[in-house]
Amino acid sequence: MGAQLRVYKRRIRSVTATKKITKAMEMISASRIVKAQRAVAASTPYADELTRAVTAVATRSTAKHPLTTENPNASRAAVLLITADRGLAGGYSTNAIKQSLALAARLREEGKEVVTYIVGRKGVGYYGFRNLAVANSWTGFSDKPTYGDAKTIAADLIEAFTAETGGVDELHLVSTEFVSMLTQNAVDNRLLPLKLDEVELSDGAAAKNQIFPLYDFEPSAEGVLDALLPRYVESRIYNALLQSAASEHAARRRAMKSATDNAGELIKSLTRLANSARQAEITQEISEIVGGANALADASAGSE
Amino acid sequence: MAELHVELVAADRKVWSGAATIVVARTASGDTGIMPGHTPVLSVLETGPVTIRTTDQGTVVAAVHGGFISFADNKLSILAEIAELADEIDVARAERALENAKNEADSHAERRAEVRLLAAGGLKAQH
Repeated sequence: MGAQLRVYKRRIRSVTATKKITKAMEMISASRIVKAQRAVAASTPYADELTRAVTAVATRSTAKHPLTTENPNASRAAVLLITADRGLAGGYSTNAIKQSLALAARLREEGKEVVTYIVGRKGVGYYGFRNLAVANSWTGFSDKPTYGDAKTIAADLIEAFTAETGGVDELHLVSTEFVSMLTQNAVDNRLLPLKLDEVELSDGAAAKNQIFPLYDFEPSAEGVLDALLPRYVESRIYNALLQSAASEHAARRRAMKSATDNAGELIKSLTRLANSARQAEITQEISEIVGGANALADASAGSE
Repeated sequence: MAELHVELVAADRKVWSGAATIVVARTASGDTGIMPGHTPVLSVLETGPVTIRTTDQGTVVAAVHGGFISFADNKLSILAEIAELADEIDVARAERALENAKNEADSHAERRAEVRLLAAGGLKAQH
């Protein structure tokens, strides 16, 4: 076999192996999107009930809470950025990081110092490589977050928010919203301080438009609010983590699908090249044989 | 007989829902029983077992860790960060957790494990 043909054959083999891997990753991601979507759906009843309860307390009492109090001269803002732990997910992590950098620039323009918190190895890597300060980071659960993960993150952020000195005055959340299998948007939201009159239920209706019964609060409206608001923040972070996980899988599926398609194209064109290389080899061999035979015939004709 | 609709919801799933005649839960001020027609109430739950008497004379026991209940219009929502039905609780694991918690003097973990065992044991006594 000629050298050129051998090179083509080797490349076809390697691309075929890559295609098998990307195809497998595509199928794994496709099945995980469904699971992740189911997790989002399973967490909605809790989130909705919690939203209703928080709004009910807020509308029925005038209780003030540190988590809802605006600081008029806010000087430090925290940004929680949710990215993926693993790569090969197309622009998923990059888009979230870009969104958070844009948000940070906007906050700095408003004269606020930005403190960054990161979920996911990709974000940690990006900030680490550029020597950007990161206040805290969590990794290892971006594709399958649990409520416990959200609780850990929320505990840290609430502590930073309620700290008397050296704390933050605002908390922004940069995550990826799962719109459909084909569309995921990186979005930023302000999580704290909470604006209770803008709280929405999962179907997009404003919660304050509902009419609430006259609840008896136990132990007291303040006590209930005290217990509910941290839960509410946790549930918001949990929801963002779940949506981001679903988006990550969707982005990975799409990236792997185009990788598989490209590998198929590459195999096709390499096969064409290999075929013509083989044909050229055969043609050359034939012309060598014919040329050799002619030369022999000429030589023997001369000697007779 | 009058009945109320109960939804027991954990942070990551809906645990149980159905009709009941009375629900007993541990709130901040002690055990509270909610029957149909109770005044609207919103109260904070302690870590403890929740007992639901269903309309078909059955009993559902669940271990609930943190959360709150809200009752209005004969609809009771029990929201918990973690909620486990008695028959989902792995008794051996809960016992091990209790042992660990005692050794490490972690009172919260100890209470959680105790409640788990209580909920699981409460069901066994019924059978």
